[in-house]
Amino acid sequence: METLEQVLSPEAQFQARIDADIRIEPKDWMPDAYRKTLIRQISQHAHSELVGMLPEGNWITRAPSLKRKSILLAKVQDEAGHGLYLYSAAETLGTTRDQMLADLHSGKAKYSSIFNYPTLSWADMGCVGWLVDGAAILNQVPLCRTSYGPYARAMVRVCKEESFHQRQGFEIMQTLCEGAPVQKEMAQEALNRWWWPTLMMFGPKDSESPNTEQSMNWRIKRFTNDELRQKFVDMMVPQAEFLGLTVPDPTVQWNEARQGYDFGEVDWEEFWSVVKGNGLCNHDRLQARVQAHEEGAWVREAAMAHAKKRAEREGVGA
Amino acid sequence: MNQQEWPLWEVFIRSKQGLDHKHVGSLHAADAAMAVQNARDVYTRRLEGVSIWVVESKHIHASNPDEAAEFFDPAADKVYRHPTFYDVPDSIKHM
Amino acid sequence: MAPQDFSPAQMAAPSYPADVQPLVFQYVLQLADTSLILAHRLSEWCGHGPVLEQDLAMANIALDLLGEARSYYQYAAELEGRGRTEDDLAYLRSAVEYRNPLLVEQPNGDFAHTVLRQFLFDVFHYELLIELKAGPDAHLAAIAEKSLKEAAYHRKWSAEWIIRLGDGTAESRQRLEKAMRTLWRYAAELTTPTPLEQRLHAANLLPDYADIQAKVAAYVAHVLAEATLPVPTDAFAQPGGKAGRHSEHLGYLLAELQYMQRTYPNLTW
Repeated sequence: METLEQVLSPEAQFQARIDADIRIEPKDWMPDAYRKTLIRQISQHAHSELVGMLPEGNWITRAPSLKRKSILLAKVQDEAGHGLYLYSAAETLGTTRDQMLADLHSGKAKYSSIFNYPTLSWADMGCVGWLVDGAAILNQVPLCRTSYGPYARAMVRVCKEESFHQRQGFEIMQTLCEGAPVQKEMAQEALNRWWWPTLMMFGPKDSESPNTEQSMNWRIKRFTNDELRQKFVDMMVPQAEFLGLTVPDPTVQWNEARQGYDFGEVDWEEFWSVVKGNGLCNHDRLQARVQAHEEGAWVREAAMAHAKKRAEREGVGA
Repeated sequence: MNQQEWPLWEVFIRSKQGLDHKHVGSLHAADAAMAVQNARDVYTRRLEGVSIWVVESKHIHASNPDEAAEFFDPAADKVYRHPTFYDVPDSIKHM
Repeated sequence: MAPQDFSPAQMAAPSYPADVQPLVFQYVLQLADTSLILAHRLSEWCGHGPVLEQDLAMANIALDLLGEARSYYQYAAELEGRGRTEDDLAYLRSAVEYRNPLLVEQPNGDFAHTVLRQFLFDVFHYELLIELKAGPDAHLAAIAEKSLKEAAYHRKWSAEWIIRLGDGTAESRQRLEKAMRTLWRYAAELTTPTPLEQRLHAANLLPDYADIQAKVAAYVAHVLAEATLPVPTDAFAQPGGKAGRHSEHLGYLLAELQYMQRTYPNLTW
C-alpha cells in the first residue's frame, strides 16, 4: 500500500495538510510563495502595530485624566507588544527583524494606511479604539485559526490582549456622547473623519484583490475584504445609533432582504493615494520610525559591546 | 557602524507554581540578564507568570520534520502502553 | 487598577493635629507630583524607544509611577478634605504650585540622559520607600509597600543600563558622561531636606534624609564603579523644585499635561 507521501507531490501534500486544518510549523516544508506571502503579511501586520503606536502616542501626554492616561499608555504599550509577537512569528520563517525594519524604513514594506491619518482631538482616541480596533479585531480573530502555527499563536495572544482596546475606545465615545454639547460635537466630528478611512482598512474590493483566492486556499486569510467590510458596517451602525451619533454616509440603510446594511462607495482614489504615500501623515510616521531606529543604534551597539566584554571576562563562550 | 542585531531568545514561562514552563514566544536581548527582564516586561504584563526561562534560540536543537514518521509513528501501535488496553473486572477496586 | 487598592473604606485617613495636617498634605503632594512628572517624561518615549523591548520596559516603569502618583493624589485629596479629586490636584495646579524635585522634570534628551535621570531617581526612591513603608502613617506605608516592589525593579533596570552604557562603546560612555555633566547637579536635591521635610522629620513623620543620602551615595558609587565611571566630584547642587521654584521645562510639560482640563473646564472624560 502506498502512503499519501509517496503518491502526492510536496505541494499537494502541503495543501492536503492545510485542507485538513493541520497547522504548518516553522521547519515543515512549504512552498516558497507561501513563505514569501506570509513574511509579507505578518511583517506588514507587525509594522502596522509599530506605526500604529504613533497616532495614539500623540495623545498620551495630553490625556484628560490620570485614569485615561494610564489606560492609553497601557494600550499603546500593548501595540508594541503585538508588534513584537508578530515580528517574532515572521522570524520563524527565516527573515530577521532588522531586515523587516529596513524594508519598512525604505518604504518597500507597507503598513495599514489608517495610521497615516492624524489624531486631532481627544475624541480620536475614542474613534481609534472603537472603530479602528473594531475593524482590526474583525480581521484578526479569524487569523487565530490561520494555517501557520506561529502566526496563529501570536494572533491568539494579540486578540486576548486586544479585547480591552475596543472597549476603552467605546467608553471614551460614550462618555463624550453623554457629556456636554461640546463633547458630543467632538465625538461626531471625529466619527466624520474616521468612518471612511476605517472602511478602507479592509482593503480593495474583492474584484480588485487578486491575491485573495490564493490566500484563502492557504488559509492565511479566512474572509474576503468585502465580507469583512459588510460585517463591520453591520456591527457599527447600531453602535453609532446607540451613541446618538450619525455615520457620515447618507446612503446607509437596512436591507431587509439581505439582512445587512447597504452603504456607500468608498473613495478609492483617496485609498490608493494614501497607500502610495500621499496621506497627511505618511511622511511624518515613517520619519518618526526611522529616527527612533537610527537614534537607537548606539544604544543597541553599546549593549552588545558590553555583553561581549562581560562574556569574555566571565569566560563564557570561550 | 556595526549594525549587528541583538540575538534572538526563546521564552518559557511557568504560569503558576506546580505547572511546567511553557514556550510563549521569543524576543531580542543583548545578554541573558536582559533577556529575562525583557521577557518579564513583554510576556508577563497581565500576571501570566511566576517564573521565566530564556534560552538563546541558536541553542535549541529540534527534531527534523522530514523524519517525523520514523520518529513518532512507531509509538502508534504500542497500545499496551496505555491503561485502557487492559480489561479489569468491575469488582476490582482501586486499580 | 492600583489606586483602588487603597480606598478610604479600607484605610481611614489618620487624624493629624491641625497644624501638622497641611504639612503632611503638602508632602504627599510632593511625592505625587514627583512620580507623575517622571511618568509623564517616560511616557514621551512611548513609540520612540531604541528597540521594541525597551519601549515596553519604559512604558512599564511609567505605568508603575503613574499608579503610584494616583495613590498619593487620592490620599492627598483625602487629607485635604475639601472635595478635590486626583485630577483636580494634577491638572489644575500651576507650575509654582508643583513640588517635584528639578531632576524629574528635566527633558528626556537621549537614552543615556533618560537612563541616568531614572537611575538617580530610582536609587533615592527605593531607599525612601523602605523608610515610608516602616513609617507611622499607615496609608502612606501601604502605598510604599506596593511601590517598593516596583521601585526595586526600576532600580535594577536603570542600574544595568548605566553599567551597559558606561562599559559599552566609546560613544555610549561619552553620552553618559555628558548626561552626568547635565544631571548631577540635580541629584542632591532629592536628599536635601526642605524646611517642610525638616519639620516633618522633627515630628517623627519622616526619616532622617542623612541616612538615606548615605545609602544612596554608596549604591550610586557601587554602580558607577561597575560602569567604570568616576563619581562626579562637582559638589554644586541645584535646589528649587521641592519649594516650587522650577526650571522653565516644567511649564511646557504642564501646558501639555493640563491642555484638556484647561481648555474644557469642569467636564468628565
